[in-house]
Amino acid sequence: MACAIFSIPGRKGADMMDSNRAVLEIDNLGLEFPTYRGAVRAINGVSLRVAGGEIVGIVGESGSAKSVTAMTAMRLLPEGRFNVTSGSVTVLGRDTLAAREEDMVDIRGRDVAMIFQEPLTALNPTQRVARQMVEVIRRHRACSATEARQLATRLLGDMHIADPEQVLHRYPFELSGGMRQRILIALAFSCDPKLIIADEPTTALDVTVQRQVLQLMRAKAHELGTAILFISHDLALVSQFCDRVYVMYAGSVVEEGPTMDVLKNPRHPYTQALLGALPEGAQPGELLQSIPGSVPNLSEPISGCSFAPRCQHVSHQCLSKPDLTGFNGQQHRTACWLFKDAAP
Amino acid sequence: MNTSPLITLDNIHVRFPIGADWIGRPTAQVHALNGVDMTVAKGEILGVVGESGCGKSTLANILTGLVSPSEGSINWAPDAARKLQVVFQDPQSSLDPRLPVWRVITEPVFLREKRGSSELRDLAGDLAEQVGLLRDQMDRYPHEFSGGQRQRIAIARALSSDPDVIVLDEPTSALDISVQAQILNLLTELRRRRGLTYILISHNISVIRHMCDRIAVMYLGQIVEIGATKTVLAQPSHPYTRLLLDSVPELGKPLEAGLSIDGKELPSNLSLPQACFFLERCPFKNEKCDQVQALEAQTGPTHFVRCQRARELALLA
Repeated sequence: MACAIFSIPGRKGADMMDSNRAVLEIDNLGLEFPTYRGAVRAINGVSLRVAGGEIVGIVGESGSAKSVTAMTAMRLLPEGRFNVTSGSVTVLGRDTLAAREEDMVDIRGRDVAMIFQEPLTALNPTQRVARQMVEVIRRHRACSATEARQLATRLLGDMHIADPEQVLHRYPFELSGGMRQRILIALAFSCDPKLIIADEPTTALDVTVQRQVLQLMRAKAHELGTAILFISHDLALVSQFCDRVYVMYAGSVVEEGPTMDVLKNPRHPYTQALLGALPEGAQPGELLQSIPGSVPNLSEPISGCSFAPRCQHVSHQCLSKPDLTGFNGQQHRTACWLFKDAAP
Repeated sequence: MNTSPLITLDNIHVRFPIGADWIGRPTAQVHALNGVDMTVAKGEILGVVGESGCGKSTLANILTGLVSPSEGSINWAPDAARKLQVVFQDPQSSLDPRLPVWRVITEPVFLREKRGSSELRDLAGDLAEQVGLLRDQMDRYPHEFSGGQRQRIAIARALSSDPDVIVLDEPTSALDISVQAQILNLLTELRRRRGLTYILISHNISVIRHMCDRIAVMYLGQIVEIGATKTVLAQPSHPYTRLLLDSVPELGKPLEAGLSIDGKELPSNLSLPQACFFLERCPFKNEKCDQVQALEAQTGPTHFVRCQRARELALLA
């Protein structure tokens, strides 16, 4: 069977044209997990958009719903354990919240690939790398096992693995963390997806390996015109890797915009506090500016701004929830009353 | 700073036997530490950085006595009380889930001294207040606290036996940024108040930069560079230190900037290279690098680097 695996088609030109078309569009999504103590409102009205070929970051601390948002987009949360309270999720023009499970199986892996944090749990420990890669490739591409294996070899070569044949013959536990993560990235690119969702892909890796892996991932994404949704808690890393960034807090987006704009001129008090809490900003030995208090309990209803109890600029306005408001030609947007009046 | 060191590590080697043949004899050895020489002065914060597998945690275990060295010795200053405590990385697993918090905090005292419950309770309350917890939370169990609060409990426990030295093994890597700031501030304050000595083990360079007086960079079970934090971070002299510093993400720094090595893996520590340990990955290697390198003094008397080209490279940089 003729299959076009030896020349992954240069989609670059095509994607440049429809880069305005969103590959992922989340609109006012609300989601809760029912528990016997009442619902936990994990996501409270998140809107997010990833255009074709764009690298978008989500940053936030634990519990800010950055992972749950991505899981919902791929519909990976266990059926029946969550309620969508509002909004919609559109992946490549298809409504994933309403799609049939069979259709989702086709979308996942082929149109949208996912890279998880811990590469050892994402790989099957009882099978050699080759078998796992061939299985995924053949699931989504019409080609023979030999062709699939050749493609796997080539993909690993693209990830700067010196001896791909050798690696293919190994079990995951025989490989280092960096090598495993490179295999997963190669696998994510194997079906030429339009979007890759990477959930903390380098948190388990050392900094030197992290940089290599991200360089490879970005080069490959640019080459193929793949969009990446990059979820991380590391602000510095996001600043190096992403074109645009969403800052999340307690299940809402509090600030969004071009990465350097948001991180160099943060508007929202939470983004400011988060950047201020980094040791990089302080003089050695000085006390750091920590954020007082702790994240709100999401099982209790939040009226108004969720950051208000910890915010030093809190006022009576904060009792009602602010919308995202734009600056700099609507690119950089903040959900805070402080900037409501200043907005053009 | 006091000139006579509080703790001196002298040529520490640690090897772990692995594998077994038909009668159970080990078939190979993991070389975890390969000749670590280090001193810790009283009242300083010494940072230890390096990648996974470089021997940071084995070093912590050597200091705490959980592992004894295969070769070499640890010497304390003759007048030292030899009181040392540890704070581990993950407060989830380092606290006993079945003990109320006041028991957790006073366990080091309870195990050594005969003291009544009410006395221990008072002690736990005092320590809790010092680390920013409430006295009336002492009857709760660890799972009722958040990650940051649990790390505070672990710090209170370390303080309970009134130690001179605390080994902090990745104390904030399981915590969020805002909580990390709280814990680092707490550690700074406690040190000021109690005159503690810290050995801070971390892979996070910005935490090390912020906290430490001196810094030791480890690679494959050896210290490759050691010196004052300012010197090492401003003029890294070992190629590995430079690689490590260039790889640390920084706000706005391009991903491609700086030194890089292309996909080469850390060498296995099952059999040690008979050359410079960094040789395979080093972009600056020359013909003299095929010998085992020694730690040699650089610009100042306190800055040591394990690289024969260090001075030359410092000039290049």
